[in-house]
Amino acid sequence: MQIFHRSTNTISRATIYGVVFLLGALLWAALELQRSPYVTYAKVARPQPAPFSHQHHVAGLGIDCRYCHTSVETSSFAGIPPTKTCMNCHSQIWTQAPMLEPVRESFRTGQSLVWNRVNDLPDFVYFNHSIHINKGVGCNTCHGPVDRMPLMYNYASLQMEWCLDCHRQPEKYLRPRDQVFNMRYEQPAIGKPVWMGGAEYTDQIALGRVLAEKYKLRTVADITSCSTCHR
Amino acid sequence: MALRPDEQIEVVETKAPRAPVIEPGHTFATVTDKISSIVLTRPTSNGWLVGFGFSFLLTMVLLYAISYLFIRGVGIWGVNIPVGWGFAIVNFVWWIGIGHAGTLISAILLLLRQSWRNSINRFAEAMTLFAVACAGMFPVLHLGRPWLAYWLFPYPNTMNYWPQFRSPLVWDVFAVSTYATTSLLFWFVGLIPDLATLRDRSHNRALQMIYGILAMGWRGSARHWSRYETAYLLLAGLATPLVLSVHTVVSFDFAIGIVPGWHTTIFPPYFVAGAIYSGFAMVLMLAIPIRKFYGLEDFITERHLQNSAKVMLATGLIVAYGYGIEAFMGWYGGNRSDAFLLWNRLHGPYRAVYFSLLACNIFIPQVLWIRKLRSNPAWLFVISGVILVGMWLERFVIVVVSLQRDFLNSSWGMYYPTRWDWMTYIGTIGFFLACMFLFVRILPMISIFEMRQLLPQAEVKPE
Repeated sequence: MQIFHRSTNTISRATIYGVVFLLGALLWAALELQRSPYVTYAKVARPQPAPFSHQHHVAGLGIDCRYCHTSVETSSFAGIPPTKTCMNCHSQIWTQAPMLEPVRESFRTGQSLVWNRVNDLPDFVYFNHSIHINKGVGCNTCHGPVDRMPLMYNYASLQMEWCLDCHRQPEKYLRPRDQVFNMRYEQPAIGKPVWMGGAEYTDQIALGRVLAEKYKLRTVADITSCSTCHR
Repeated sequence: MALRPDEQIEVVETKAPRAPVIEPGHTFATVTDKISSIVLTRPTSNGWLVGFGFSFLLTMVLLYAISYLFIRGVGIWGVNIPVGWGFAIVNFVWWIGIGHAGTLISAILLLLRQSWRNSINRFAEAMTLFAVACAGMFPVLHLGRPWLAYWLFPYPNTMNYWPQFRSPLVWDVFAVSTYATTSLLFWFVGLIPDLATLRDRSHNRALQMIYGILAMGWRGSARHWSRYETAYLLLAGLATPLVLSVHTVVSFDFAIGIVPGWHTTIFPPYFVAGAIYSGFAMVLMLAIPIRKFYGLEDFITERHLQNSAKVMLATGLIVAYGYGIEAFMGWYGGNRSDAFLLWNRLHGPYRAVYFSLLACNIFIPQVLWIRKLRSNPAWLFVISGVILVGMWLERFVIVVVSLQRDFLNSSWGMYYPTRWDWMTYIGTIGFFLACMFLFVRILPMISIFEMRQLLPQAEVKPE
């Protein structure tokens, strides 16, 4: 007695063969999703009480990072400027701009502006800005081209694989200490050398190794140990 | 000496004949009928409904306990510092050990051509599957954040990190998941010809479809059988090392640690023997009621009971040897901590557990030397229960009594299971039984085609 139609043979073969691809595709989709901005919010601008433009202030006006983020070289926290820092200039220019009303209001009332945090690491991660700055990690290595961000977004995924990408091979990213705040710094290449201590470097790895030595970087084993970041 | 013509020699049997594997008088048709009718034609009995209902209720208790655990965390259990491994690990080891008998019966006895296994391999394999399912729950629940259990698998994760391959807990993941997969495959492949039988014998369109899909187009042609036998043997070959390896890896969870009472090389063999010991006890606890309530005494005969009892006797002695060596090394090794552990087992706060364990696992099962008891189902049922309790107590002693008082006196403590511990444990027993009840109702609990092979009619005459 025939229970199933003859086409069932084809269907069953296709499903048995196809399930391998289906499972593979599902796994791929899950991994892609986990790395996508949908989960990480990378490159997604966050709403802010006042639409502060880093592009305008950094690239347009040439203000140094440290003018606002004052504690970045000495503290774990780079620092969010108080309203008074804004008012240094804005008490003189754009004093009537409606866009800046929240800033003026904050200044009047003494209530801080509540900025939405953009680069937000999980609380189980210990992160220190000063050590990175002092070992020659450029601001834009992690934060991306901030001078081209009209509204702030996090450049990287901030996932652990991204941290480890550098911690496993720091020489790939290090730059001379005096170039850390240079938003348009370019890594050395043939024809575009980087000068440091009277020597010319045309290769990032060579430069990175010298810098690692010079700045007394801990070993890779040290900086990839669990408890370096998960204290 | 010449005999007078009228003189007869009286033959005196000095040894009772061995009970047959299958009672005489059966034909291919009666075997098929008897086993398939349980699934297809017999109405669902009230006994089944009551039994299933009760075990389903316990399954709900399990779900309740697990839900509350997810809400509140492992703090609802009795685990603490120093006893970080409580009931969860005790139950994990107990359940996974029980599973081992199924694989031993289905794989090793197949390769050793022990044809008596044919009557009990199917439900023993089902028992393995369900026991592994129960076992697998506990380490996951014990994780604290069970929803991150998939972190234990090596997959291309966003942390760019592998699991800690030096940790025996990761070995466990591989051992148990391999074991579960192989057991499932072996069980399913073994079912295929029988599923086809059920498909062909059912008169209900829906059943025909369901069994038909599961039978995967089995027609029973010579080519099918030839491939089937090869596949089955290969799977048996795959499953055989697992009988030894899985519980060896489980024992490494302990043996790798430096806790007195754990850090010993005798653990792997002693764990494997203990696993088979408890597994056969569970097989008997299932087989005895099943054969009685479904009238399957023809297929699961006294021979099976005898053989299982003998396996228990043998493995029980290996386990007893393990206890003996542990105690001996505690004294002979000259290590103060080891010696203290022995003292603590005998005189510490959990001494009653240790003495009950010795009674249940070593002393009481010695009655199996008596042939009369080995063939008495009621007695075997009771003794199997005692052994299962004993093996659970053994794991309790290993886990709790070792951790409770280790090197540092200031960190000594006690472990008291909470009602959530008990609910989870009893709940898994309910889950296990509920699965068994469903299994005997919807699948052939004895391998039909392998039983047919046992009949004298099936013997191929040499040319």
